[in-house]
Amino acid sequence: MIGQSPLRTFIAHAVLILGILIVAFPIYYTFVASTHTLQTILRPPLPLLPGGQLWNNYSEALFGGIGRIGGVSVGQLLLNTTIMALGVAVGKICISILSAYAIVFFRFPLRMTFFWLIFITLMLPVEVRILPTYKVMVDLGMIDTYAGLIIPLIASATATLLFRQFFMTIPGELVEAARVDGAGPWRFFFDILLPLSRTNIAALFVILFIYGWTQYLWPLLVTNSNDMNTIVIALRKMVSFADADTEWHLVMVTAMLAIVPPILVVVLMQRWFVRGLVESEK
Amino acid sequence: MAPQLAITLVFFYWPAGQALYQSMLRQDPFGLRTRFVWFANFRKVLADPAYLNSIKVTVVFSLATAIVAMCVALLLAVMAEKAVRGKGLYRTLLIWPYAVAPAIAGMLWLFLFNPSIGSLAYLLRSLGIAWDPLLNGTHAMILLVSAAAWKQISYNFLFFVAGLQAVPKTLIEAAAMDGAGETKRFWTIVFPLLAPTTFFLLVVNTVYALFDTFGIVHAVTGGGPGKATETLVYKVYNDGFVNLILGESAAQSVILMAIVIALTAIQFRYVERKVHYG
Repeated sequence: MIGQSPLRTFIAHAVLILGILIVAFPIYYTFVASTHTLQTILRPPLPLLPGGQLWNNYSEALFGGIGRIGGVSVGQLLLNTTIMALGVAVGKICISILSAYAIVFFRFPLRMTFFWLIFITLMLPVEVRILPTYKVMVDLGMIDTYAGLIIPLIASATATLLFRQFFMTIPGELVEAARVDGAGPWRFFFDILLPLSRTNIAALFVILFIYGWTQYLWPLLVTNSNDMNTIVIALRKMVSFADADTEWHLVMVTAMLAIVPPILVVVLMQRWFVRGLVESEK
Repeated sequence: MAPQLAITLVFFYWPAGQALYQSMLRQDPFGLRTRFVWFANFRKVLADPAYLNSIKVTVVFSLATAIVAMCVALLLAVMAEKAVRGKGLYRTLLIWPYAVAPAIAGMLWLFLFNPSIGSLAYLLRSLGIAWDPLLNGTHAMILLVSAAAWKQISYNFLFFVAGLQAVPKTLIEAAAMDGAGETKRFWTIVFPLLAPTTFFLLVVNTVYALFDTFGIVHAVTGGGPGKATETLVYKVYNDGFVNLILGESAAQSVILMAIVIALTAIQFRYVERKVHYG
């Protein structure tokens, strides 16, 4: 490796620290704001250190119910969002691992047609087909249900493609060996394929969980009643810049609560996350 | 197999088909009669100055976001490659904005820069800048771009780090032996070798700025002030769900689909051909 002058190393560290400050500042500041009273927040500049209202603000938001969003407590919102994120992640993984299994290991008529039918969906995010999809949801009576929140987001091909690529790397000998030992298709799937794809599943789970958690447009459309909102949507409803009665301290608490779970997932499962991200996009 | 096909058919092909069909219909204001008008909606949309404006807004917004996010990320990634000690720590600290929902990112930035209570806006004002994203379209755009780019930095950072690690060390050492300085080494060796990563990220970032930023736009500016920040996706939403001009909204959806398919096709062509990471 080439030696570096200490000055350059120093510059590198300085730039990185500056970058981290920029990246972290908005979130840190939100945390600071969530520990102050409303009055302090309304008189800028806000102090850079946390205030003493941490317990009061958080308990008020978690258990009190917030007027602006119809008296729903943040706990309920968090529950909704968690259900949705988990539903999207688990549902998509189950569905796509099954169809990738079928596409790779079975020969049946129209196999490639089905593959292309799924593959094309890769190109079109929900955002593009909102209105027609919404109409379908209304026709099926799925507005304001968890199913309505989750299922349309599952209809996309990213995960299927990833699993397909992975399955194709599994050597044919393994399949043969399993068959010789008398394992049927289900046995092969559960005893060999699932354990082999554990890391892929973990990586996908992280990415899809984040994806589900951060959805905005779709929950905005599908949920009408306040107690079905996800936390991101509720947060948007709480903020109003036009008048002064936005309860900023509660907004900031909610924002913190909305940000922390996905960040925890990303940081704690960093290894799988980075792997999954870099692999699934290639 | 069957479940994914069923879901795909019901929630993807059915809506897409309906979008195509609906984009050729026109309803009267009370929804009593519906006429089949072929491509009139497309003609109308494409001739609409508001739509052209929103194309312009989208292009500016996407390019600005992609460029800002990628430059910052590349800088940080190069620095992270150099800083041998603490690399893992830096990475951990840099990746978490990825987990923040775009809408929340937008709100945080708006909170910081809100003219009446934002602390950074206060700072700008005391520096003598008349900062008001709620009234000034350019300011609103700057705010949106920073929020969107901020959120995307960590993603780009991860990919650039992966790309940098794939650059063969022997090449760099050979260049150093031949007396190429650090800057020269970067621009003549590392940067060209990063080209596939850069190109891939450019496409991904553009798609991100086109679609995933609906949340930011909706939460921060609502397309305003005026129509200064109305992007294409926001306009589809606004025309379809707020103004209820169904035919035109559907026509816009179809145009968007065409754009995405084109972008994806470009991406696949180039990525397929150019992925030789070292």
